[in-house]
Amino acid sequence: MAIENAVSAEEIKVDAKKMHISTTDVAIDIIAMHKWYGEFHVLKDINLKVMRGERIVICGPSGSGKSTMIRCINRLEEHQKGKIVVDGKELTNDLKKIDEVRREVGMVFQHFNLFPHLTILENCTLAPIWVRKTPKKQAEEIAMHFLKRVKIPEQANKYPGQLSGGQQQRVAIARSLCMNPRIMLFDEPTSALDPEMIKEVLETMVGLAEEGMTMLCVTHEMGFARKVANRVIFMDQGQIVEQNTPAEFFDHPRHERTKLFLSQILH
Amino acid sequence: MQEHDMSWVRTEMALAQPAPASVRGMGAWVRTNLIGSVGDAILTIIGIALVAMILPQVINWAFINAQWTGPDRSVCATVAQGGIQSDGWSGACWAFVNAKFGQFMFGTYPIEERWRPILVAILFVALLVPMLIPRVPRKGLNAILLFLVLPIVSFVLLVGGMFGLPHVETSRWGGLLVTLSLSFVGIAVSLPLGVVLALGRRSKMPIVKMLCIIFIETVRGIPLITVLFFVSVMLPLFLPAGVSFDKYLRALIGVSLFAAAYMAEVIRGGLQAIPKGQYEGADSLGLGYWQKMGLIVLPQALKLVIPGIVNTFIGMFKDTSLVIIISMFDLLGIVKQNFSDPNWATPQTARSGLIFAAVVFWLFCFGMSRYSMYTERRLDTGHKR
Repeated sequence: MAIENAVSAEEIKVDAKKMHISTTDVAIDIIAMHKWYGEFHVLKDINLKVMRGERIVICGPSGSGKSTMIRCINRLEEHQKGKIVVDGKELTNDLKKIDEVRREVGMVFQHFNLFPHLTILENCTLAPIWVRKTPKKQAEEIAMHFLKRVKIPEQANKYPGQLSGGQQQRVAIARSLCMNPRIMLFDEPTSALDPEMIKEVLETMVGLAEEGMTMLCVTHEMGFARKVANRVIFMDQGQIVEQNTPAEFFDHPRHERTKLFLSQILH
Repeated sequence: MQEHDMSWVRTEMALAQPAPASVRGMGAWVRTNLIGSVGDAILTIIGIALVAMILPQVINWAFINAQWTGPDRSVCATVAQGGIQSDGWSGACWAFVNAKFGQFMFGTYPIEERWRPILVAILFVALLVPMLIPRVPRKGLNAILLFLVLPIVSFVLLVGGMFGLPHVETSRWGGLLVTLSLSFVGIAVSLPLGVVLALGRRSKMPIVKMLCIIFIETVRGIPLITVLFFVSVMLPLFLPAGVSFDKYLRALIGVSLFAAAYMAEVIRGGLQAIPKGQYEGADSLGLGYWQKMGLIVLPQALKLVIPGIVNTFIGMFKDTSLVIIISMFDLLGIVKQNFSDPNWATPQTARSGLIFAAVVFWLFCFGMSRYSMYTERRLDTGHKR
């Protein structure tokens, strides 16, 4: 079955040996979580336990609540019922707890959300300096380390507006990594990119997976899901409809809705 | 059926070439901007004709026929008016401005004490100029000196009554001294206060939000003249008997609060233009509210509304003239007051004095405008998201 995506599964090289999943260490635990936008019930009875080192891809039609769900994990969205525990800290109205969780959870957005008035280097050092109180010099060293890892150290003194979309998204990943997060959330990180740039961003994400980062990715890159994820979650109408290993998920979908969805995106 | 072969491969990449002469240089500029079409050409001719008609008269009046020095009104009046000029003479009476220059600058500040405002002016320029030039280092220290130390030093110097300096009543202050000091304090107070009010108005805390809205909408809904009357006439009614504070101080408070309400709305416009993604980016990194606002949102929002901020500054600078209604004399007030001096009453006096005041106001406002444009260009990092 061929997968039509900018980057096919064959192009993604993964060294699976390094990817270790803990059996005891729970990174995120979502229990019977509900969310409403006013009267509209967007998320219904979400239950999801993520172990340390897991790489989860969340897919589903637009409006199915994928983004909303991962945005609840760092409290960009507030849930109204149920429990979300991240790294042992439960998310409540306690602002201090929320900031603690956000420090440990990195997030990459569809539209990058870099700070246009700051240089690439300043984008990367801002949070370490102000939130972690890292000395400026050390923060810059850390930033340069991660900019090298995403392969754009030479852009450090430019502004986001001078970079291509793919470069900006890699900066956004480096910016998150500078905070040394234990969990990374990706909210459609390649959806706003030209086909030529998707590959460079996916490669960066594969590199992170190989280092054992706990990752939750909302993405339509099915090649990436097949090769990198250890679990694929399918959502529709605000609920988790099906989850399975990628091989089973793509080759033997069980729910009718999943079959329909896959038949529309795979040819 | 295929009629011709559609395949084609470029063997050599084309190199960039210089633009043709028809779109470069002076000639091209004249062609496109002055005589681009028949209509353009007609408008250009009318424009040149108008300038040719008006400009010589203006130059004649303001420079060639103008009287630059003189002891009294006689140099600026014709024989029939009791002066020395021939009948039909018409020219600017700069001699009047010359003779009254000290008053225009300082009002009736005692002459032997005028070194004090002059010293304040020198200190002000010495601190402001490095503040405005981006290359000069130590901006933090400079800002502290300019916005905290200078006002205190200026207060001591201008008011006196301590360190052996004789006390000078604020009722004797006037002219450019009042215009500039009111404007400077107004600018220095209204910008931070406006930021706080704008943030308060967008706050999620209902009481803070309501207080800010009430303040902004009340002050904005009242004319400045009314605000000045209020602080000058009404405020003493609410104070305990025997407590009074200075009229100048009251004007200062009135102007500052008035400008702050306008500033708050300008800044709120900027805050609303910042995409939600910027807030979320800051949130996702764990920045707190004040860090998020101070490091991410405000720098971008303020940059966006520089034209609006400077607009408010310029408006306030000129509005200081309204203090005349609480009998304080700013530059315009003192110029007008001197029209009634019998020593200088001629048909040319009012014109000359008003033009002088206009030129001074214009210089300051134009300076602010140009500097704001320069700042906009300097801060533009060429990215709209």
